[in-house]
Amino acid sequence: MASEMQCGVFHETYKSDMQVRPTTMQRARIVLAIVFALALPFILGSVEMRIVNGVVIAAIGAIGLNILTGYTGQISLGQGAFLAVGAYASGLSSVYFGFPWWLSIIFAAFVTAAFGMLIGIPSLRLKGLYLAVATLAAQQIVQWVIINWDPIDGAIDGRTTDALNIPNALLFGNPEWRLNNNEYAFYFLGLAVLALVVIAATNLFRTHIGRAFVAIRDQDIAAQVMGVSLFRYKLLAFALSSFIVGLAGGLMAQYSTAISFERFTIEVSIEYLAMIIIGGLGTIGGSIYGAIFIVLLPELLRLLGRAITGTDTDSIRAFNSLLPFLQQGVFGLAIVLALIFEPEGIQKLWRNIKDYFRLFPFRY
Amino acid sequence: MQLSRFARPYEADRPPAYPLQVENVFLSFGGVNALSDVSFTVGVGEIFAIIGPNGAGKTSMLNCICGLYRPQRGRILYGSTNLVKSPPFHLPRLGIARSFQNIELFSHMSVLDNLMLGRHVHMRKNVFSALLYWGAAQREEIDHRRFVEYVIDLLEIQNIRKQTVGALAYGLQKRVELGRALAINPSLLLLDEPMAGMNAEEKEDIARYVLDINEEWGVTIILIEHDMGVVMDISDQIAVLDFGRCIATGTPAEVKENPDVVRAYLGKG
Ligand SMILES: Nc1ncnc2c1ncn2[C@@H]1O[C@H](COP(=O)(O)OP(=O)(O)OP(=O)(O)O)[C@@H](O)[C@H]1O
Ligand SMILES: [Mg+2]
Repeated sequence: MASEMQCGVFHETYKSDMQVRPTTMQRARIVLAIVFALALPFILGSVEMRIVNGVVIAAIGAIGLNILTGYTGQISLGQGAFLAVGAYASGLSSVYFGFPWWLSIIFAAFVTAAFGMLIGIPSLRLKGLYLAVATLAAQQIVQWVIINWDPIDGAIDGRTTDALNIPNALLFGNPEWRLNNNEYAFYFLGLAVLALVVIAATNLFRTHIGRAFVAIRDQDIAAQVMGVSLFRYKLLAFALSSFIVGLAGGLMAQYSTAISFERFTIEVSIEYLAMIIIGGLGTIGGSIYGAIFIVLLPELLRLLGRAITGTDTDSIRAFNSLLPFLQQGVFGLAIVLALIFEPEGIQKLWRNIKDYFRLFPFRY
Repeated sequence: MQLSRFARPYEADRPPAYPLQVENVFLSFGGVNALSDVSFTVGVGEIFAIIGPNGAGKTSMLNCICGLYRPQRGRILYGSTNLVKSPPFHLPRLGIARSFQNIELFSHMSVLDNLMLGRHVHMRKNVFSALLYWGAAQREEIDHRRFVEYVIDLLEIQNIRKQTVGALAYGLQKRVELGRALAINPSLLLLDEPMAGMNAEEKEDIARYVLDINEEWGVTIILIEHDMGVVMDISDQIAVLDFGRCIATGTPAEVKENPDVVRAYLGKG
């Protein structure tokens, strides 16, 4: 098989064979990605950085969801709710307990992990679509609570508001680096968290715990007979996944001046599922590709629209009213195409291209 | 535990062996009695075959031993544990491993990862060291990789170790499934038709592995198999099931002579 038989690579010890990135080419790719990520803020203006930050947060959330759905096979329509729990845990702990931003984000991750485990309990009995419906219920309940429970919007002094105002957070206490208005300050924080999450998730799937997750997805009965307790490992998958989604939610809160339920609806859940389906189920890289694709899609469409309509205000308005439909259409089409042609998503496509060039011109 | 200190890794972490005592196991699905008061004992170190026509209840018997089916009556004792009451994921901790009649591999994983799953219960490192993959967690993975490579050598599947299992030929998948069970380092191994659908040469390979595992490793084996030639050749004891009843137990010679068996089973073949 092409992907296995890379010319000239031999491993002399199990240790080197078990390295994540054994070849120089792969290492070079990682270094390139890091350099690119570090160079971005020097190339882009703050308007573009806002979009990039959206990608970073989405990538963290998508990795979390992929651990649960892509790797462990537990379909979740509750991603929006998990993000909401993270965001509100972070926001509320800053408002009510006066937690500094970093503590509130860690707190958010733990609270979301606990919430995820609670939602995960039915997963022992429910599979596939039935579990999806159970997580959908969680989604609706969380949304209802946010809309209807006043104190959650920080309405302590009797005033009711529609959104929770988040106190300004400063990176390293520097007043120049306000997380919710300095795109660059937030970018470096988000990037650091993303890097940690990528490393931790990659490591997880090199060990018996990650393998147990995949075993549950592929063959749950055989997994049990191999000594994997379904209950324990499904709950663990929910906990780890939600922990990471909680980090994303916490970052979302600290990046905002206010949060409200619109950013955590069922549409958000579906968007995240689209990210991991299009990017690649059960891959870390795929979660990132998917996040880039889904976050950039509306921006690209807008650019395309501007190119078509020119400066005529009437046609711009007409195009803008079409935009949501166009977006949904492209979005749905991408999912369908991904499912039909490349079930493992962009990640697999990339691997195929790479294999082609690696062995070029010797195709065998 | 350092596996590397053992020349024969299977001596390192195997739970103690016990006889398996099946006592009056009764299992029915609606009106169908899959097993009616079946009793037999499998001694330590034996190759014990379970034979019988299609639908006789052989697979159901293994599923009862594994805790995948819960019989309505009866006990299955392994040491002091009643398997009827213990959950399936405890089996490897007791030293019991099995393969399935219809291959139940983790089809998107590599051969190596499938076998590494066999080491699951022997690994101790927790989530936090897994996320960091520092020192101990890494050493643990490498140590268990050694055991898995030992199994890979035994089953002669070195050249496919990195391939995805789902893409392998049927015969190789069966072999990988045997390997996965063996990676648990069991003291009792349950094999459900490990040679089904194979040609004579492949069957001979598997029979040789089974004998090796039994003699060299000292593993007790319960084997379900339709090929009477193989069964008579390699087993020490045989139990014959027919419509859920155990109609005979004994050595191959005894079973061959048993008139009930001849009528129910051998007569037809
Ligand atoms: N999960 C189940 N639900 C309902 N009936 C079942 C179930 N499992 C087994 N049975 C029934 O129990 C009986 C015994 O089946 P079993 O699979 O144990 O036979 P077997 O001896 O393994 O046959 P084969 O040689 O074909 O593998 C059959 O009548 C079968 O239909
Ligand atoms: Mg059977």
